[in-house]
Amino acid sequence: MKKALVILFLIAPFCPLLIQAQSKPKPKTKVAGTSASIARGSKVYTQYCLSCHQADGGGVQNMNPPLTKTTYVLGDKTRLIKVVLNGFTQAVDIDGQSYSNNMAPHDFLKDQEIADVLTYVRNNFTNKASAVKLAEVKAVRAGNKKK
Amino acid sequence: MKNKIAKLLLPVAAIVGSILFAALKYDSSNVVADADNAGLKLPSGFGALVVAQTGASARHLAVTPQGDIYVKLARPKDGKGILTLHEESNGKATITGGFGNYGGTGMYIKKGYMYASSNSEVFRYKLDENNHVISPDKPEIIITGLKMGRQHETKSLVLDNNDNVYVNIGAWFNSCQEHDRGLHSMGIPGCPILDSMGGIWQFKANKLNQSYAEGVHYAIGLRNVVGLDWNQQNNQLFVMQHGRDQLHDIFPEMFTTKQNAELPAECMYALRKGDNAGWPFMYYDQIQHKKILAPEYGGDGKKEADAKFIDPAAAYPGHMAPNGLLFYTGSMFPEKYKNGAFIAFHGSWNRAPEPQAGYFVVFQPFKNGKPFGEWEVFADNFSGSADKTARGRADHRPCGLAQGKDGSLYVTDDSKGTIYRIIYNKK
Repeated sequence: MKKALVILFLIAPFCPLLIQAQSKPKPKTKVAGTSASIARGSKVYTQYCLSCHQADGGGVQNMNPPLTKTTYVLGDKTRLIKVVLNGFTQAVDIDGQSYSNNMAPHDFLKDQEIADVLTYVRNNFTNKASAVKLAEVKAVRAGNKKK
Repeated sequence: MKNKIAKLLLPVAAIVGSILFAALKYDSSNVVADADNAGLKLPSGFGALVVAQTGASARHLAVTPQGDIYVKLARPKDGKGILTLHEESNGKATITGGFGNYGGTGMYIKKGYMYASSNSEVFRYKLDENNHVISPDKPEIIITGLKMGRQHETKSLVLDNNDNVYVNIGAWFNSCQEHDRGLHSMGIPGCPILDSMGGIWQFKANKLNQSYAEGVHYAIGLRNVVGLDWNQQNNQLFVMQHGRDQLHDIFPEMFTTKQNAELPAECMYALRKGDNAGWPFMYYDQIQHKKILAPEYGGDGKKEADAKFIDPAAAYPGHMAPNGLLFYTGSMFPEKYKNGAFIAFHGSWNRAPEPQAGYFVVFQPFKNGKPFGEWEVFADNFSGSADKTARGRADHRPCGLAQGKDGSLYVTDDSKGTIYRIIYNKK
């Protein structure tokens, strides 16, 4: 129990949900799982995403889309997982803005890494959305291969 | 009969007279700097004012002796891709109109014509004796069908003194990989897109509907150029290349994030017909002072590139995005600025996680038509603060440069649309 509290304390800055978790003991393990995923996802983000989407997730004007409260990030998880797997090179506006730089496929990331980084992104940069599960990434990748 | 002619001529004379009066009316002697120098940090003796807030993505611009300003917008605002402004005698300008329902970057005035570009075409507009566009809705299409991708899509332009127009056609890749910007993805052999992009093309300024077949492939191996100008001293085209991105992201074993932030150099090239600047097969390392083989084509950060590629005329730190180049030919500024180059650095993004850099106007001294001596930051703090620069969250981003009749320097900002004017106060 003590150990769990220490872990919670360490990852508290990453997850405002923890305050809720502490007052309600039951979902603790579940949230702690999400928190661990967020913590791992933060590392994946720093290594593979930060240089384009920036440390604050704000992206780069006209070039690299922001990850803050966009429909792509907060919306359909399948579409979001596919962006990571396949990259993004279409001339499509994102929430009314166009972004010019190509994103390369990141299908070399492990399923768990993709789940972690997307969970991190969906719960950071002022975002608050459900976690992306390992099984969800597995399913999307399997469907993706069939194409 | 004579009377008739006189009757006919009278209104003409009146119009000409009023135009001449209007032309003479613009007098810049009352131009004063804003109390805060428009928020800019400048060398001693200089001042700056905000000419106008356009609220539009102001790219390149042209300023006429009559006090009119034409600004090309990246995206049309209210259906207008070119804004026209007129200056009062205190230097403050108001938007008087606009035309051209297309976004783009290029804007240049030469010998009675205005040239403006979309991202795939170049238009020209005839000007009257007061440098007003005669038929804003009927431009001549002089160049058409230029390739454009999602990235590096803008077509900057400049003219020489022999009725030639030079147009940048940027490459739609970062470094011509099989998977653009992909981890460990290697270069496409020979990079075949170089036949129609990644270089400078020369066209005739006075011929309609030219495309690749009518143009001259003037210089190759330039990833993307936004700032360019014609050097009148040695009658030569100078361009600023946007160097490649993501050395660390693509080859993390070869380049640290720190190396990635500094490399490669943003290069100034003095071009001759037929020159090859080497993109994507090489990049210029301003720390080793060497042309280095690109990792996508077998390089390791040390192996040197083929010597046939030209050397830059000058090199600047990486990723600062030079979007404007202007040779200063005025006489308002002190002597050292004469015939030197001003460069507007739009500011970086690919230095993260290291601090970002740029968002300023640099002065590069020249002697006998060549860069001579160290460059210096001329106008700084477009971003608003050192912290905003470091985070890449700049308030304003310098883009286009133009010289006023009195020798003052105009700078556009394509983020918020501010038009700046820098003047020299000391007498």
